Amino acid sequence: MSLAVRLEHVSFSYGHGPLVLRDVDLTVDRGEFLAIAGPNGGGKTTLLRLVLGLEEPTSGRVDVRASRLSYLPQRAQAGVDSPLTVEELVAAGRAPRTRLLGPLRRADHEAVRESIERVGLTPLARRRLTTLSGGQQQRAFIAKALAADPELLVLDEPTTGVDVEAQESLASLLEQLHRELDVTVLYVSHEFGAVERFVERIVLVRGAIVFDGPPSKLPDLWHDPSHIHA
Amino acid sequence: MLDLEFMRLAFAAGIIVGLLAPAVGFFLVQRRLSLIGDGIGHVAFAGVALGYLLDLPLVLTALVVSVGGALSIEALRARRTAAGDQALALIFYTGIAGGVVLVSAAGALNVNLFQFLFGSILTVTRGDLAVIAALGAGALALIALLYRVLVAVVVDEEGARVAGLPVPLLNALTAALAAITIAVSMRVVGILLIAALMVLPVIAAGRIGWSMRSTLLLSMGIGLGAVLVGITTSYYANLPPGGTTVLVAAAAVLVTDPIATLRR
Repeated sequence: MSLAVRLEHVSFSYGHGPLVLRDVDLTVDRGEFLAIAGPNGGGKTTLLRLVLGLEEPTSGRVDVRASRLSYLPQRAQAGVDSPLTVEELVAAGRAPRTRLLGPLRRADHEAVRESIERVGLTPLARRRLTTLSGGQQQRAFIAKALAADPELLVLDEPTTGVDVEAQESLASLLEQLHRELDVTVLYVSHEFGAVERFVERIVLVRGAIVFDGPPSKLPDLWHDPSHIHA
Repeated sequence: MLDLEFMRLAFAAGIIVGLLAPAVGFFLVQRRLSLIGDGIGHVAFAGVALGYLLDLPLVLTALVVSVGGALSIEALRARRTAAGDQALALIFYTGIAGGVVLVSAAGALNVNLFQFLFGSILTVTRGDLAVIAALGAGALALIALLYRVLVAVVVDEEGARVAGLPVPLLNALTAALAAITIAVSMRVVGILLIAALMVLPVIAAGRIGWSMRSTLLLSMGIGLGAVLVGITTSYYANLPPGGTTVLVAAAAVLVTDPIATLRR
């Protein structure tokens, strides 16, 4: 398998603060679905931001080989008074693949339509995002991420604020998309129950990488929902 | 009313500003930067004062200083050296204080600054109109061409940056467009009121719009309506046109508010 992302001896601190991540080594191959879990404040989001180029490492090296990146940030949602529709949101996600000036071309319209269809929101495409449920909004944001035809899809806590049923539904959707589109996925969550059944590899982050392997090799206490890291 | 040359010029300038101000304001409101127009307006005051001091065309100096101020706010915000509201406060107060000092230095404290602070659309000349039309048309054309990518940045700035869009350039362009709008609109509603014409029509449109595109177009329609009704009312009721125009825009927010409540 060819390389998608490699971090070598990466450490990071915000300003002159303490290290948030310490000597992180991580390799992600193309087509992998990697779940990144850990406690709040453990450095999961920082790790993603380093991969995305939104932060520069204090030391070490970040090498991202995937050329088209899509990012679904934590708590992505439209403002309470935003008039944004599902179709407009997804079209915004297509913008990096189009020319800078002028309207969308026919092929881009088609890509937007397909992305909406993939997440099952076709009947709601013209609806304002704020009129949808939390789970539907997350699906719309995933469609936005897909519209750019990404090689690397980065999702930061996509199930935050949605009910258990919607979490299961989103996990199934992500499994299906990963299978069909052969996209590399980095999935961050402070809990990973919904994706544990199909991911092959989980990384636990707590200031450093404290576990990297298949879910079946996870220490039992990590499966315990009452545990501090669960 | 339209038999009078100054009224025809006023309406022509008002139409351009009525369309342009909400079109630019739309992107500021969606980015939660509604008050940036106020900040740049105060910087424009320093530009007017500089024009008095150097004996240069006031619109030109206001334009140059406003663009500089707008880009400074954006740079401070983007580098995270100051929170958005702190960057705005810094430029806001520096602008107004600098304006007072420069006007004093130019010995122009006795000139009628009211026409710049609150507008003087009835004194717009053919030359003024040519400048307003050229800058206004250019700015509107740029918005039309860049609409999609500007929306992409508004919707998710970090996502757009990650995906490779030139976000710093687009943000700087939006800030520059706001500055151009303020310089162009000085004569119509004044430095202290222009931000209202950039924001209030957008708020009103947001209550009745059904999409981003419809909200943008409705904003421009409401802005245009506010200017036309404002100038007409001020002519017949002998009221200041700038203030009247902004009150009409504020009334549009009040009128559309029940619609938003019903839709919830």
